[in-house]
Amino acid sequence: MTDVTASPIAGSSPEDRPMITISHLSKSFGETQVLKDINLTVHKSEVVCLIGPSGSGKSTLLRCLNFLESYEAGEVRMEGRLVGYTEGFPRRKMKNRELRALRREVGMVFQHFNLWPHMTAMENVREALVQVKGLPLEEATAKAEAMLTRVGLADRMHAHPSRLSGGQQQRVAIARVVAMEPHVILFDEPTSALDPELVGEVLQVMKDLAADGMTMVVVTHEMGFAANVADRVAFLDGGHIVEDGPPRQVFHESSEPRVRQFLQTYHERNSF
Amino acid sequence: MNWDVVTRNLPYLLEGTVMTIAVSLAGILVGQVLGAFICVGRISGGRVGETLGAVYVSFFRGVPLLIQLLLIYYMLPLVGIDVPPLVAAVGALGLASSAYVSEIYRGSLLAIPHGHGEAALALGFSEGSIWRRILLPQAFRLSVPALVNELILLLKASSLISVVGVAELTRVSQSVASSTYRPLEAYMAAGAIYLIINGALALLGVLVERRLARS
Repeated sequence: MTDVTASPIAGSSPEDRPMITISHLSKSFGETQVLKDINLTVHKSEVVCLIGPSGSGKSTLLRCLNFLESYEAGEVRMEGRLVGYTEGFPRRKMKNRELRALRREVGMVFQHFNLWPHMTAMENVREALVQVKGLPLEEATAKAEAMLTRVGLADRMHAHPSRLSGGQQQRVAIARVVAMEPHVILFDEPTSALDPELVGEVLQVMKDLAADGMTMVVVTHEMGFAANVADRVAFLDGGHIVEDGPPRQVFHESSEPRVRQFLQTYHERNSF
Repeated sequence: MNWDVVTRNLPYLLEGTVMTIAVSLAGILVGQVLGAFICVGRISGGRVGETLGAVYVSFFRGVPLLIQLLLIYYMLPLVGIDVPPLVAAVGALGLASSAYVSEIYRGSLLAIPHGHGEAALALGFSEGSIWRRILLPQAFRLSVPALVNELILLLKASSLISVVGVAELTRVSQSVASSTYRPLEAYMAAGAIYLIINGALALLGVLVERRLARS
């Protein structure tokens, strides 16, 4: 194993320090190793899409980035800070308070939205501003309303999630995350649970975020989004990153048979 | 039918009703508080908490309330603890109820999708605020119908405490029946009163549910 305990940021200014550095990351569920020696760097304002067949480890990789999943070997660093563990050896789990501080800067959007059903759209967005950031109620309310307006839901603010379409719910979930002003947003298959006609409105919000310079890591099956919006695409298979590069390279120039075969099934499905 | 028997004895029957309501309320209170603790113990107390909670629940759910009541009433004096009938009654109702209530709470908590807590965790919520703001309000909403059901069952079960001599509604109607030789009228009156109280409880439950659905 290479030297992963040394500080990776010596001699670099905060400006050109990578947003996320993943090095030699490995993770197992029991006997099954789901991530094998993953290396990936994400820079500020980059949009990186993780694609690949189901069970390839994309979602697990994403969930390691904010430590919703723990990992055994290697490391994940967010703006230089080790995620989930204290520096030094043998490493110990990070204190809860530190982990919370770290998570405050890493937003996450889930496949199934995970809105809280007992609160309105506005209250869903406001809740973390009050509970986590400690904003006064009025200020938090104003901010929540501004965020919902930004994702095109000004007229649905006081509806409960059960009264919203899937696309609207996912936009509330995105507003809830963006309101916290995170440095990175992780998207875990944000459009996979949506009816096809509702996918577009969510992708549009994500495109706007990317255009605003948000750093994003997106697990997705939307190849169009990956091809048009991503700066880089990483293809995972069997817990390995098989291919990693600009979309054009991965989609059109890859010599890796697994990548070609995976994309072939997409072309077949989408040409009718 | 001689309803005169009922009207003449109505003050006694109402006194019994007040006792029934008071003992049931006290039992409910004990049951809710104990039930909440047992639920938390089972969910977050590790393997020891889980096992102790499971044993507790299966004992108080598995032994008939009447037997529990008699055990408390006759067994504790053997070890030198004198138990007034009222205390035995409230204790037995509360302990039995807590077993059911803890299961109601546990079921409601388990019914909340895992993702709700996870979303809060990812936003940087503390464990405490996740319970306070996300899980408990939802669990409470989910548990209202089952809790109302449990309250009605407990109120009816309170008729059993007549055996240790507490002058509640059933006991009073028994004595009215035997002193007037008019059992049918006395028991029909008692039945009607139980029906009215439980009808009111059910109505209260509907109102609470509606209120929660609106907010």
